Amino acid sequence: MNLSDIQKIAEEENEFQRAYKYRINVCCSSGCVPFGAFKVLKAFDDAVKEFGVEKICKVARTGCVGTCSVGPAVLVDPGEHLYQCVTPENVREIVQSHIVSGVPVKKYLYNNGGYFRKQQRLVLRNAGKIDPTRIQDYISVGGYFALAKCLSTMTPQGVIQEITSSGLRGRGGAGFPVGQKWGLVARAHNTPKYIVANLDEGDPGVFANRTLAEADPHAIIEGMLIAGYAIDAQKGYIYIRSEYPLAIEALQKAIVQAKSMNLLGDNILGTQYKFDLELRFGAGAFVAGEETAILVSVEGRRAQPRPRPPYPANQGLWNKPTLIQNVESLANAPLIVLNGGTWFKSFGLPNCTGTKCFSLTGEINNPGLIEVPMGITLREIVYDIGGGIPNGRKFKAVLVGGPSGGCLPESLLEAQIDYDSLKNVGAIMGSGGIVVLNEDSCMVDTARYFTDFCIEESCGKCTPCRAGLARVKEIFDKITTGKGELNDIGVLENASEYINNASLCGLGQTAPNPILTTLRYFREEYLEHIVDKQCKAGVCFKNESAEE
Amino acid sequence: MTTNSTITLKIDGVQISVPEGTTILKAAKNNGILIPTLCDLEGLTPYGGCRLCLVEVTGSPKLFPACTTPANSGMEVTTNSERLKNYRKMAIQMLMSERVHICAVCVANDHCELQALANQLGVDHVAFERNFTREPIDSSHGFLVIDRNRCILCTRCIRVCDKIEGVHTLDLKKRSKNTEVIMDLDEFWGDSCSCTGCRKCAKVCPVGAIYIEGEAITQTKNRDVAEFITARRNRK
Repeated sequence: MNLSDIQKIAEEENEFQRAYKYRINVCCSSGCVPFGAFKVLKAFDDAVKEFGVEKICKVARTGCVGTCSVGPAVLVDPGEHLYQCVTPENVREIVQSHIVSGVPVKKYLYNNGGYFRKQQRLVLRNAGKIDPTRIQDYISVGGYFALAKCLSTMTPQGVIQEITSSGLRGRGGAGFPVGQKWGLVARAHNTPKYIVANLDEGDPGVFANRTLAEADPHAIIEGMLIAGYAIDAQKGYIYIRSEYPLAIEALQKAIVQAKSMNLLGDNILGTQYKFDLELRFGAGAFVAGEETAILVSVEGRRAQPRPRPPYPANQGLWNKPTLIQNVESLANAPLIVLNGGTWFKSFGLPNCTGTKCFSLTGEINNPGLIEVPMGITLREIVYDIGGGIPNGRKFKAVLVGGPSGGCLPESLLEAQIDYDSLKNVGAIMGSGGIVVLNEDSCMVDTARYFTDFCIEESCGKCTPCRAGLARVKEIFDKITTGKGELNDIGVLENASEYINNASLCGLGQTAPNPILTTLRYFREEYLEHIVDKQCKAGVCFKNESAEE
Repeated sequence: MTTNSTITLKIDGVQISVPEGTTILKAAKNNGILIPTLCDLEGLTPYGGCRLCLVEVTGSPKLFPACTTPANSGMEVTTNSERLKNYRKMAIQMLMSERVHICAVCVANDHCELQALANQLGVDHVAFERNFTREPIDSSHGFLVIDRNRCILCTRCIRVCDKIEGVHTLDLKKRSKNTEVIMDLDEFWGDSCSCTGCRKCAKVCPVGAIYIEGEAITQTKNRDVAEFITARRNRK
């Protein structure tokens, strides 16, 4: 295998696909499967045969289209006609009308143009368009071309330079410049070097990485191969949650296919470069997504973070230099290599380039997986893409950054999505979760809920996170059952500030964010609970009495 | 890692020279500046869990645990600012309220590092609700007893068992506030087939969680044991 072989595969595949006039892409990712996506896929297969159009119409199993609220979603090309809530019963009608007669069935079409208008799909470029179980599909859209370009025309230094010039920052949440990180590992003296791709996405309501792995596993593998070439690593691990069976399956298949095509293993594409890849499964610990805990877990030990320094770039897996990167960052790498850093800079903001995937959930009309350019405002996400709040309810807050993100009020909806702006208002980019809350949510209860999550997931190593968060929760229990006192607010604030500054890892450091932001923006709700003993949203005192 | 080069840094305004690779904690200690610690113990692998030894480093918004952070050339370290004092008090209060810490009825009363630190740091009350956990006491072993209600999860016992005794009988189970020290595969101590009964865990326990039945606490506690053995082993 070399570059010309890849080009040949791409041409053959494209020719093979051009033979079909229509292509029916059935989303079979975790969002649509529970609604019966596999049944729909089979129904399409049957219907196409029944109408005798299998020669002009290809039925493909694909990854997420993005409209997770109206699954199973089916995309019919050409024309990108998106059908929503397809059932096996209306499959025949769609095939008969759309494929046989060429008339799309209007009543089943997804008619919310706004959802896609403000999105820009780079990482999810192939999601919903290619079959993740076929490597030929990925190659036909330019897959592994970037790897071939690296190996044939670029030096490792050149790759790092290109990534650095793109301004790409780590998508795992902290936003460390990716090129700089690669440079650090490349310069480390010790060998061998390792790469760990972080796919341990444990936040409630966040599914961006899962979707990426399900829809386009080869993009992750190619990103790792490029990173491996740049930093001179020969072994990579993808650390993935066991709770993601479809993503695991997709990656396993992809690895086998890449190996069979000599894109993984020794002498990749006929060069001296060798790289091997292994999957590691998480055992259900949120904290294992933390940079140092993931290393310990890959080594097979209890996932507990350790203090930095030493930094993983110098002493990571088995004390060897290790590059840890979120899969979303890695999936950006092939694009940057192929199109150049300058091209990448045309997306997003000058100081915060590119796009970011968000899982948009909560009280919103169009929940789903979105990818937006950096610099878009929260208002655009909530109202233009998300379509606002359903059932005529009023917007109350948006939680940005998962369980340890910040709760932002309406007045901050103009805030931009980028690492620094979000940090300024008390939120974080985090893993990319956006939860919209309406007036039926009580902010005190929301903060309590997320604190509870972080308590549950604390590893128990350091005092502030283990002992501190539990104390904070007790204060919340007091407040939400009508036993709160005014000085509890002060204790909450001091304790949160302490946990924020003194905790060992990111989990503890960010855990108080929902508390600090609700205290900052929704203080009057705390006072209502403590002084007036009432919860205007009707959540708190009612729940507790029912439980008791 | 050990090199002969020396680096110079400032701790609380005092210029200090130490060999490269020395932690901030040791650098300070060698020069008479004592930083409060709880999980750290000379001779054991640094852990960085209790967060009492956090220090400020000029130029960084973050706090660093002195026990694990190597001293760097040109560093300016503050070990005792008002903020740090408050944070240390907060840590003690959180530990005190986490499980059952009633000094008057504790075997380690007057020989407890948590109690001593509370005194030293001026913790005169606990701002949080106190928890009274009711974990059963394991006294199945012939003479070693563990009362997990007094445990502060510093993991000194685990580290001494692993690194010094070389047995690794002790480890942790569960996570978060439910974290517990266990023997072997979570068995009664008396049923543990790996425990050698060396007593080092009881010797280094900073509180009264592991103790020896019928023995005076003054006789049991010997927190220098790890340092002593390590020094002997490294003697050429």
